[in-house]
Amino acid sequence: MIAFIPLYAYARKVPVYESFVDGAKEGFGTAIGIIPHLVGMMVAISVFRASGALDFLMGFISPLLRGLGVPPEVLPLGLLRPLTGTGSLAYATELIRVHGPDSLIGRIASTIQGSTDTTLYVLTVYFGAVGIRNGRYALKVGLFSDLVGFVAAIAICLLVFG
Amino acid sequence: MINVIWLGMIVIGFVFAAVNGRMDAFTAAVFDGAKNGVTVSFGLISVLVFWLGVMKIAEDAGLLRTIARLLGPIVSFLFPDVPKGHPAIGYILSNMSANLLGLGNAATPMGIKAMQELQTLNPDKDTATPAMCTLLALNTASITLIPATLIAIRLNYGSSDPADIVGTTLAATFVATLAAIFADRLCRRMHLLRRPPGPPAESSSPARGGSASPHYQVKG
Repeated sequence: MIAFIPLYAYARKVPVYESFVDGAKEGFGTAIGIIPHLVGMMVAISVFRASGALDFLMGFISPLLRGLGVPPEVLPLGLLRPLTGTGSLAYATELIRVHGPDSLIGRIASTIQGSTDTTLYVLTVYFGAVGIRNGRYALKVGLFSDLVGFVAAIAICLLVFG
Repeated sequence: MINVIWLGMIVIGFVFAAVNGRMDAFTAAVFDGAKNGVTVSFGLISVLVFWLGVMKIAEDAGLLRTIARLLGPIVSFLFPDVPKGHPAIGYILSNMSANLLGLGNAATPMGIKAMQELQTLNPDKDTATPAMCTLLALNTASITLIPATLIAIRLNYGSSDPADIVGTTLAATFVATLAAIFADRLCRRMHLLRRPPGPPAESSSPARGGSASPHYQVKG
């Protein structure tokens, strides 16, 4: 892709280098424009985790999961996944390291991590880049699909590997 | 919604920190979060600068228009409000392809570019249009064919078959994406119904227009 596009363009008589520089100019401004949005989001997330609120929430849901035959260890991953990409990846890696990559927990963790995206981050970056303040129902839809993905990941893993 | 979530997380965090006697951690977390926000943004600079440069070449070569023509039907189903041949379509498609191939760092610049193009169609610059919401829904549930990072991690910890999660990941992500598209349609429809009679604010609706068009038939 990186080689094909410039080659194709050159064949069609596009001044590739000038075009590249022209487009690249926008990148810096866009990235800088996102900073306030990201800082705001990341502060909220990191405060929520550090204060113990996340652990408290977990304490509620764990017994429920045990009843369903779902290892409760994967729950924090489900809660972290929409909030922080690096945080959830770190947690998934930890689960894989502790329980082993071929354990049920390791496989569920991998599937959850791989099958959804960091909704809050995507929303912050995309809307931040164009200055949208009112996202309407976008967050609702994103979190709903995360929940569906999370449940589907667990159910499918229990079916296939359980 | 976003205001409530943001405020809620901070206030709940503050209350918990006070109750658990973790005020020091709370303060540290504030500055940690701020630092992370800046670090991530700076990390994006190089990726954005490079990919936007490459995309500009593609645009000047007419590649985006070609791709848009090929995959037009899918996108016009998902984005009925975006006029055919609008530059946004090309970027939306590039964004979708990058997601499919698991090129997360390429998907983001294309997505941003698509958002900027959609913003040109937006009458109310502070509020997201339905098309923007759809693009976001697709990205939050991005269909992934090859979860490369996870395979690498599992290999690293001595998995006997590091790729055996590809099937489950694909199935789960497919379900999540369907749910996202479905929920987005439903919300979009409710949103249109809630509007007072008269022309809708985002009057870039298709010529076939109106809520009687097949786009809005959500099977319940």
